Amino acid sequence: MIENPTIRMRRSPTMFVERLFGDVALQSVAIIVVVLALIALGALLYDVFSDGWGRLSWRFLTTFPSRRPAESGIYPALVGTFYMVGLTTILALPIGVAAAIYLEEYGKGNRLARIIELNIANLAGVPSIIYGLLGLGLFVRMMGFGRSVLAGAATMALLVLPIVILSTREALRTVPKSMREGSYALGATKWQTIWHQVLPSALPGIFTGLILSLSRAMGETAPLITVGALAYVPFAPDSVWSPFTVLPIQIFDWISRPQVAFAENAAAGIIVLLAMLLAMNSIAIVLRDRFQRHRN
Amino acid sequence: MLFVCAAVSVLVTGGIIAVLLFETIAFLREVSIVEFLTGREWTPLFSEKHFGVLPLVAGTALVTGIAMIVALPAGLLAAIYLSEYAPRGLRRIVKPLLEVLAGVPTVVYGYFALLFVTPLLQQFIPTLSGFNALGPGIVMGIMILPLVSSLSEDALHSVPNGLREGAFALGSTRMQSTLRVVVPAAFSGISASFILAVSRAIGETMIVAVAAGQQPRLTANPLVPIETMTAYIVQVSMGDTPTGTIEYRTIFAVGMLLFVMTFILNLVSNRLRRRFREEYA
Repeated sequence: MIENPTIRMRRSPTMFVERLFGDVALQSVAIIVVVLALIALGALLYDVFSDGWGRLSWRFLTTFPSRRPAESGIYPALVGTFYMVGLTTILALPIGVAAAIYLEEYGKGNRLARIIELNIANLAGVPSIIYGLLGLGLFVRMMGFGRSVLAGAATMALLVLPIVILSTREALRTVPKSMREGSYALGATKWQTIWHQVLPSALPGIFTGLILSLSRAMGETAPLITVGALAYVPFAPDSVWSPFTVLPIQIFDWISRPQVAFAENAAAGIIVLLAMLLAMNSIAIVLRDRFQRHRN
Repeated sequence: MLFVCAAVSVLVTGGIIAVLLFETIAFLREVSIVEFLTGREWTPLFSEKHFGVLPLVAGTALVTGIAMIVALPAGLLAAIYLSEYAPRGLRRIVKPLLEVLAGVPTVVYGYFALLFVTPLLQQFIPTLSGFNALGPGIVMGIMILPLVSSLSEDALHSVPNGLREGAFALGSTRMQSTLRVVVPAAFSGISASFILAVSRAIGETMIVAVAAGQQPRLTANPLVPIETMTAYIVQVSMGDTPTGTIEYRTIFAVGMLLFVMTFILNLVSNRLRRRFREEYA
């Protein structure tokens, strides 16, 4: 922001008013737009909470869905979500971090690395439902995983991979050069430097990125629908080969039904989902703060 | 070993193209590409089957258009406010709040569109049907607004202060410097954000799957039920369509079209963004 001296220059009162008017008009329209957007956010939260708050209870979290809305719960969807997020972490974290180390530490300026980089940037813009079709063709059919939680998690891992790679690179880049040079001066090889110095000190940053990408995976619905997560699952998954459902799909199923009582269930499910996302994002923010303080 | 992991990302792109291509070719063996791209009726799930994808494309275009009418001007104005007018303290509060909008899962927006925005609109437009393009379009615009505002703000922010100071020295007000100097200077960055917004809207699935309906229809009327390409894929996936049937293959053909459209838009957007970065590097 730089001060604009011209506003205070008054040659004639009318000219001053005219000049000021445009300025004030643009600023007020812009403020109105921002306020309207925030009101929309408020309306959304108000709508969901006023519809769903009454349905929330311990029973809602621990019972199975049912034909009778008042007796329905989200237990299988919750367990399915945890399975899916856990498996996605196991699959996406090692591959994403390894890819980032290659691109950041070894492949700099290399033609192949540049192609991979461009490709990652493009992948980040592919609609999520396309990943669902990939998962359906590749994991469910070709590799024979069936409509299992493993197929869903593998699809999600591919979906979040670009985010994990980008945020890990960001974290690796913030490790100060002096740290690497100190390690080299003590005779460490490049790999020893990366493994013992660079990675540990980039770890909080890597985890922040991971948590943010997992919260993306937790809210995604479309790709899991195409992979074949079921809308009605009267049991919790007990292995990676189980059929499964997740919270967003349970919510989608309830929204699609005409009865008002099911909409209330959906709203209650949304509250649980938003609470989980809020918790994860808070952890990410705390981690990032600590990371930054540590750096300074 | 590390390289193999990095190459996985290329394999993913290859995998997407291979899977889509494989099923699309099988589909095109039974339906001519001319019928697919120019047919005006889409009824693959009925006994009398027609495979003209235009109604789905029209539905997608309609919802995307409405979303853009909301998101582009509002996003740009928000960006102008945050970059040129807002005091620093306020900016630090408003920006993350706007980003919360981008973090809300899309199925939640679907709920909002179907059970809050559409009933609200029906009070003003009594002929609005329960499923329609208008409500989801508006909600999608709200969802995409933070994307436009944050990318446009980056573009505005990277315009050197010297340009602003020059405009002020010539006696312009902040509005004049913003609209006549800063926004034109950031033009390629702003258009990159607009194109990315279009691509996001085309690929957005859950809002339209919940609230826009399941009736493929070649219309520009935002008040009646329609169906988008993404919602069609969801509709077929929710049912139990056996592998290898023509119905099963249609979702890959539609997916291919969707992929090509968004891929081209993303390429153009990336190219534009790189250009504006070079201008002021």
